[in-house]
Amino acid sequence: MINLELPKKIKNAESMAHQMAASVFRPIARKYDTIEHCDTPKELIPMGQMLAAGAASGQLGSGGSSGGEGVKNGGNMQAIVGTTEMAWGCCGLMLSLPGMGLGNAAISAVGSPEQKEKFGKMYCAMAITEPNCGSDSAAVQTTAELDGDEWVLNGEKIFATAADRGDAVVVWATLDKSIGKAAIKSFLVEKGTPGMSVVRVEDKLGLRVSDTAALLFDNCRIPKKNIMGDPEIADTEAARKKAFGGVMQTFDNTRPQVAAMALGVARAALELALELLEKEHVKPEYDKSLFNSTALEAELYKMEANLEASRLLTLKAAWMADNKIPNSKEASMCKAKAARVANAITLRCVEICGTLGYSENNLLEKFARDSKILDIFEGTQQIQQLIVARHVLGKSSKDLK
Amino acid sequence: MSEQAPDLLFDLNLTEEQRIMRESLSRFSDVEVASISRQADEAGKAPEGFYDKTAELGLSLLSIPEAFGGAGMPRSVLSNMLNAEDLGKGDMSLALGSLTPLSFVNMLLDYGTKDQQEKYLTVIADETFKVATIALMEPRATFDATSSKNANIETTATLSGSGYVLNGEKSMVALAEDALHILVVARCDDGYVGAFIVDKGAKGLTVEKENFMGLRPLGLYRVRLSDVTVNVDARLGRETQPFDVQRMVDLSSIGLSAVVVGCCQAVVDYVIPYVNERVAFGEPISNRQSVAFMVADMAIELEAMRLMVYRAASRADQGLDFHKEAYLARVLIAERAMEIGTNGVQLLGGHGFTREHPVELWYRNLRAMGILQGVAIV
Repeated sequence: MINLELPKKIKNAESMAHQMAASVFRPIARKYDTIEHCDTPKELIPMGQMLAAGAASGQLGSGGSSGGEGVKNGGNMQAIVGTTEMAWGCCGLMLSLPGMGLGNAAISAVGSPEQKEKFGKMYCAMAITEPNCGSDSAAVQTTAELDGDEWVLNGEKIFATAADRGDAVVVWATLDKSIGKAAIKSFLVEKGTPGMSVVRVEDKLGLRVSDTAALLFDNCRIPKKNIMGDPEIADTEAARKKAFGGVMQTFDNTRPQVAAMALGVARAALELALELLEKEHVKPEYDKSLFNSTALEAELYKMEANLEASRLLTLKAAWMADNKIPNSKEASMCKAKAARVANAITLRCVEICGTLGYSENNLLEKFARDSKILDIFEGTQQIQQLIVARHVLGKSSKDLK
Repeated sequence: MSEQAPDLLFDLNLTEEQRIMRESLSRFSDVEVASISRQADEAGKAPEGFYDKTAELGLSLLSIPEAFGGAGMPRSVLSNMLNAEDLGKGDMSLALGSLTPLSFVNMLLDYGTKDQQEKYLTVIADETFKVATIALMEPRATFDATSSKNANIETTATLSGSGYVLNGEKSMVALAEDALHILVVARCDDGYVGAFIVDKGAKGLTVEKENFMGLRPLGLYRVRLSDVTVNVDARLGRETQPFDVQRMVDLSSIGLSAVVVGCCQAVVDYVIPYVNERVAFGEPISNRQSVAFMVADMAIELEAMRLMVYRAASRADQGLDFHKEAYLARVLIAERAMEIGTNGVQLLGGHGFTREHPVELWYRNLRAMGILQGVAIV
């Protein structure tokens, strides 16, 4: 039965996450944005431990509830509301939470039981992007060569979130550059492995507290068992497609999560703007048609409508995942809409609030800096459009480049 | 309205009944509605006998109590909304026409006294199409039925002796010429906005056809009320449940939005094969990102629009407040639907500008989304 309200169980998870975000993240959001480069903020450590314990005992990700007709509101939806609330507090701090790295998402999606056992408890970063390869993740140049019982990694990675603070990194590398997609595998590299070094940590527009590192692999040797997924290169076209598809599947899970971050940041900006506006006796009452409202009210309505639309798209993608319905298209749809809407809303809120919006005395300017990356990482707006377009037009990546 | 709803799971599955209804309405919409859309637009009216076919579907009949000749099914905003979406996919004008008696029925169900329900619903509960309609909008720029502070409704109802005297001018009244009853929304001298049932042929009531850029087959009329007198019991509303114009507009926003979502789905379904087949510079134009991304955006916004309407409708059915949800759905859809409409023409280029293709028709019809109030009350 059609219902787009959240059940109590999910709402409870939402309000718990909100309380944490409000009490832990918000008060220190400005401080760490200014500090920028540092170890994991000490205020996050207890929270990280708590979340890790939750994950280990299976509370996180597998929760939710089942209802009649076999419908499920499970871990995906719970993660969406949790991420939204934490990003509402501070998206940079959320990404700095130990144990919440993108590498962790990949491990839980495609890791073997032994890998999950060992690396699941670590704080794992993800290293895909290279200086000459961003959205085109099939063009990875970092190589992995088997030498006896070890893989030898060589290459350079950039923009790896939490790669400096993390305990391990999931690295994408190719077994054979001439083969393309099918030869790309991911590998688990523990921090301190000889041959892997952090070249630098980026200075950024936003999300400053979250560390974004460049890594160098110079004959970095890791155990043979640290490859994720099938170590063989698929030899048929169909098997190759499937192999890379498996790697890309991680994104079907992580894209709605980024959409959720966008929802959180955008709502934070809109709420703060409304607070500042209320002091000037501007309040949305939803009591006049759009064109009989003031320009300012109309702008508020449009922002709220777009935010709500993004939220529902994101919940739909999560609901599909929870109910084992393939959601690659919907994952990209929600990421595309939520990220662009979040960027537009945060920028507009700065503008609407004038000097207060632009000022570092408030968080609006920070939200506007933070939001930009959400329309870039885990697939840019353009990549999402490409994916959605291929789905709705029934095109292959060969036809629609 | 309370916030005490049962603890339901987030779910986008239809009930079995809704699924069956959707199946048969989708078929009806394809076979009986979409197929005559162009012809009806050119003729400026629905073909003879069309509305009787919609009456057979029982759209208006279903939730009329059995005592008054209906099927006595519980009134469901959600189910009505889904029907509106399916019909809208076939043709917006014909969908809005088919749903016109339902608007009247729903207002009677929500606000009518037992006597009023018996008197008026019994007539409509028929196998043939019986028309009753709503007169809400007025012919002025900036008109907004719910903007109470601006006293935007200028049609007046003055209590005089044993009745009310109605004066004013209404615009875009669907099917008014054939209407046995018109529910006229007017500002009363007690300060409230009320609704009054005016019968066909009432003294002082004149009806004149209006022509618009779109919605041509719907049959929209200017309705003038010049000292039209109705009995006190023609005023809709129970003491416990007074007429609420805001709620009426919200229910209409949901129904109209659903019709528009259906129409936008038709646009998307039409342009996809077109851009895949149309070859320029040696390959299908959909191999180009500028074309493909336009289609991707249509698909994304359409899904967003749909979820907004579904949420508002589902809240209404659960007895939750749905004003804000209906309002925001309208805000989003008014903007995005027109975008889909205009891009639909754009994707077909010059061909889209001709009346050989339906995209220009959808373009004209979709413009009404930002304007209409008081139709398709679900």
